[in-house]
Parts: sequence; C-alpha cells; structure tokens
Amino acid sequence: MANRAAANALRLIEPTPPVAPVPAHPSAVTLAAAADRSVATSALDDARKLRQRQETLARIVAPALGLLVFVAIWYAVSLQGSIPGPAKTWTAAKEVFGNPFYDNGPNDKGIAWKIGASLGRVGTGFGLAALVGIPLGFMIGRFTFLRRMAEPVIGLLRPVSPLAWLPIGLLVFKGAHPAAIWTIFISSIWPMIINTAVGVQRVPSDYLNVARALSLPEWKVFTKILFPAVLPYMLTGVRLSMGVAWLVIVAAEMLTGGVGLGFWVWDEWNNLKVENIIIAIFVIGAIGLALEHLLLLLAKRWQYD
Amino acid sequence: MEQYLKIENVGMTFHTRKGRFTALDDVSLDIRKGEFVTLIGHSGCGKSTLLNLMAGLDVPTSGYIFLSGRQVLGPGPDRGMVFQNHSLLPWLTCFENIYLAVERVFGGSESKPHLVGRTHEALKLVQLAHAADKRPHEISGGMKQRVGIARALAMEPKVLLMDEPFGALDALTRAHLQDELMAIVSATGSTVVMVTHDVDEAVLLADRVVMMTNGPAARIGDIVEVDLPRPRDRLKLVGDPRYVAARKAVLEFLYQKQIKHAA
Repeated sequence: MANRAAANALRLIEPTPPVAPVPAHPSAVTLAAAADRSVATSALDDARKLRQRQETLARIVAPALGLLVFVAIWYAVSLQGSIPGPAKTWTAAKEVFGNPFYDNGPNDKGIAWKIGASLGRVGTGFGLAALVGIPLGFMIGRFTFLRRMAEPVIGLLRPVSPLAWLPIGLLVFKGAHPAAIWTIFISSIWPMIINTAVGVQRVPSDYLNVARALSLPEWKVFTKILFPAVLPYMLTGVRLSMGVAWLVIVAAEMLTGGVGLGFWVWDEWNNLKVENIIIAIFVIGAIGLALEHLLLLLAKRWQYD
Repeated sequence: MEQYLKIENVGMTFHTRKGRFTALDDVSLDIRKGEFVTLIGHSGCGKSTLLNLMAGLDVPTSGYIFLSGRQVLGPGPDRGMVFQNHSLLPWLTCFENIYLAVERVFGGSESKPHLVGRTHEALKLVQLAHAADKRPHEISGGMKQRVGIARALAMEPKVLLMDEPFGALDALTRAHLQDELMAIVSATGSTVVMVTHDVDEAVLLADRVVMMTNGPAARIGDIVEVDLPRPRDRLKLVGDPRYVAARKAVLEFLYQKQIKHAA
C-alpha cells in the first residue's frame, strides 16, 4: 500500500520522461506499481511513445546528418579554390530558380524549359523502347527458337556505351533531337527485353498447369496468367531502363546541344560558370531520384504478396 | 459393374536425358460413377503420374483411358483437378479464380448473371462465401485449398481428381477438410479419385483403396474394399472392426509386402 502511494506520488512529482540519451527503464516503474494495472499500462504507453520518438528521430536525423557531412566535405574541397563552395552555389541557385520560365531565344531558356526538354526526350526514347522491348521480351521468353536467335545479338550490343551509338543516330536521323532519342532508345531497351523474357520463363508451372487443366484458350492464358505473372519482372526492367535513360540523356545532350540539362552542363563549362554545373548536378540527381521513386510506387501497387 | 472411368492396360514411359524411365506398367482399373477411390503407395510409385494421365495432362505410352465411353486424350473441364499446391492465381480474388473456371465451361451457353450465381454457389458449398473478395495471400492454407476444391467442383466435372490435396496442411485442418469433403461429395454425388500418402485418410474417405506397388514400372498391387456406411464419423469408426481390418490391410501392404519387394 505504502509502496503504491509512493509510486503514485513519484509520478505526480516527475513529469513525462525526458528524451534523454539514457532514459529510465520503463520496467522500473512497472515493477514498483505491479499491483496497479492502470499505472503499468500508462508506463507502457510512455515507453511506446518514447520508442516512436526515437525511431522518428533516427529516420530524420540520420539522413540529415549524411547530407550535412556531404556538404561539409564539399565546403572543405571548395576551400582549395578550384570549385565554388555551398554558399556561392546557393546564391547562383537563387538566380537560376528565381526566373525558371524565361525565354531568350531557341537556345537560351529558363531551367523549367531545360528540365522539360530533357524529360521530353527521355519520355519519347524510353516510351519507344518500352513499346518495342516489352513485346520482344515476351516473344523471346515464350519461344525458345527466338531466344536463341536473339541471344548473340543482345549479348553483343548490350555492353556498348550509349555514346558510341550517338554518331550513328546523327548520321541516320540527321538531327540532334532525333539522334538523342535514338541513343536513349538503344541504350535503355535491353533491361526491358531481358527482364520481360526472364519473367516469362519464370512463370510458375503451377499457374500454367491451371491453364492446362482448364484448357484455357491462348489469349486467355496471356491476359489472365502470363501477363500478370510477368508484370513484376517487367516493372523491374522498366525501372532499370529509366535509370539508364536518364543517365544517357545528360551525356547525349552534352554532345548534341540544344535546350536541355545535359547541354546546360556543357554550356556552363564553356562559360566557366561552375556554380551552375553543380546546380545542374543536383537537379539531375533530384529528378532521377523522383523518377525512381515514382516507378517504385507503381511496382508496389502491383505486388500481391 | 458400370464402367464410368476405365483405365485399360495403361503404361507410362518417360524419355529423360538419362534414358527411358518406366513409371507405370500395365495398370487397369474400373471406377464406377459416384465412387470414391483413393490411390495410395510409397513415393515414386506413379500415383501422381496415373492421376495426370486421367486428367489428360499426359498421354499414356500404352493402353487407353476412357471416361464415360470417350477416350481421354487431353485435359478438359470434364475432369476437375485439385492440386496439392492450391494453384490459385494470386492476382485474382477467390471469386475471380472460381469464375475463371466457370466461364471456361459455361460461358458459351449461359448469361453472365448465371455464371456469377454458379460461382457464388461453389463458394457457399465450401463455406467461403465471406471470402469471395479476398486474395489468396489474405486467406489461410486450408481456405486456399477449399477454394481450389470449389473451383474444380464449379465446373461440374464428371470426375474429381485430387492429388494429395490436404498434404500441405496441418493435421487439424486436414481432419476438418476431410469431413467437409465427404459432406460435399455426398451432396453432389461426385466421382472422386484421390491420391494420398495418409493411410487413415485413404480408408476413411474411400469406397475402395487402390494400393500401388513400388516404382519404377509400378502396377496395382491390391485393392481394399471399404464397406462402411456413410456418413462416416471418424470418432465412431475408431473401434469399428471393419475400419480396423481395412486399415490393417493397407498398412500390411505398404509396410510388409512392399518392403519385401523393394529389398
């Protein structure tokens, strides 16, 4: 009785447990008030809230710390003199993003237009690659003969650097814009073909047995069994392809000129406006991250386990 | 004896990379309409092969299989197959999984509301009406297997072929599903051929227990008639001399006669 009163008194005096590096172990309170269930449960509540707070901090603090370290390293390198530091870059960034939609002619437009142009090219090249690559992947996965036909060609062309494809694009399509799209197409098509083909080959025989036991017609097998089973593999291929496409567009634009993020990098290198190069790097990275996350969300939508 | 499902001198030889492998050698069996037959034997005795031949998933290398007078040459909805892995499509709900089968069989001749009605009936038969809109990963193993049975029955097949349907389930669920299966089969009057490893299950459910010799080149070793009245209550049967005798016969075949032959 006296113990319980003392425990209750302690709780009145002591406010909610502080967020200290080494908090009092909650079981100390529960042991002291073992007979009083209401005290015990509220102590467990406090423990849970504390753990939740610690988890949130970890999820926010750790990444923030990582970025801080990165900026610190950047600052340290900038002291050497060859590249501008965070402060200078921030000032330049305010200027760049201050007027994102300006239009001073065909080759001098604001950051929003640059991003739009690059995304547009990626979208077209990637879209074409998907249109060609995914059906091709299905056929290669389904028919062994086609797979054996395609294997040497895919093996030969896949490791080729996208930049080596660019001159061919310029020669055939006679323009920087279509050449860039061609380069994205030929560089990003491989993951979609290969992953889709693997997906088709990996459809569990259980499901195909169901198709046989029900003697479903071929097109029903495709829509109800093959396509949904291959979808996760296909989406992985799409994600990989998107990553490649985004990498390639920057490189391709550097060499072809026009309006775009890649050309901006090259242009500002020629103007020696290094702050803008660094800004471009951040923008390219941020957009790449956003695209990846978008596709991840899409992939999760179609997971059924 | 009316020959509903007739298996006549069936043999099955597979051509593998290591040469020819004879799974079955001269199997003959006549199954009556409405009969419940269990196939039992040691692993590798060709039970599943025989079932697949009945289902038409394979064609026998020798001999013939007739169902209701017509030769079985390929798979078809007149034979409802229940697999050991429930084989439910994970991207479809339970309702849609069954509807797929119903549409395949009756889609050409019946209207959509009719098909939907059939699907709901099948779900009610296995007492899973409440799980119609759930996906397979949201239900338990026993429930998945019930949906598999419902899918097979919804096609109104001439014969229900079950390949160790309860093998992947725990003992309690298995017992529950065995009772449910007996109730369903007596309600629908289905002809059933079931492959099992479990001696008690084989004797409890069957009218006849077909025991196969050891593979390779397996054949039918012996058949035990289980002449017990239905409905069968497992608790009451424990002491029944006919049940005990049948069980003893199966056990002796499996663990005495077959062991000797294997040696």
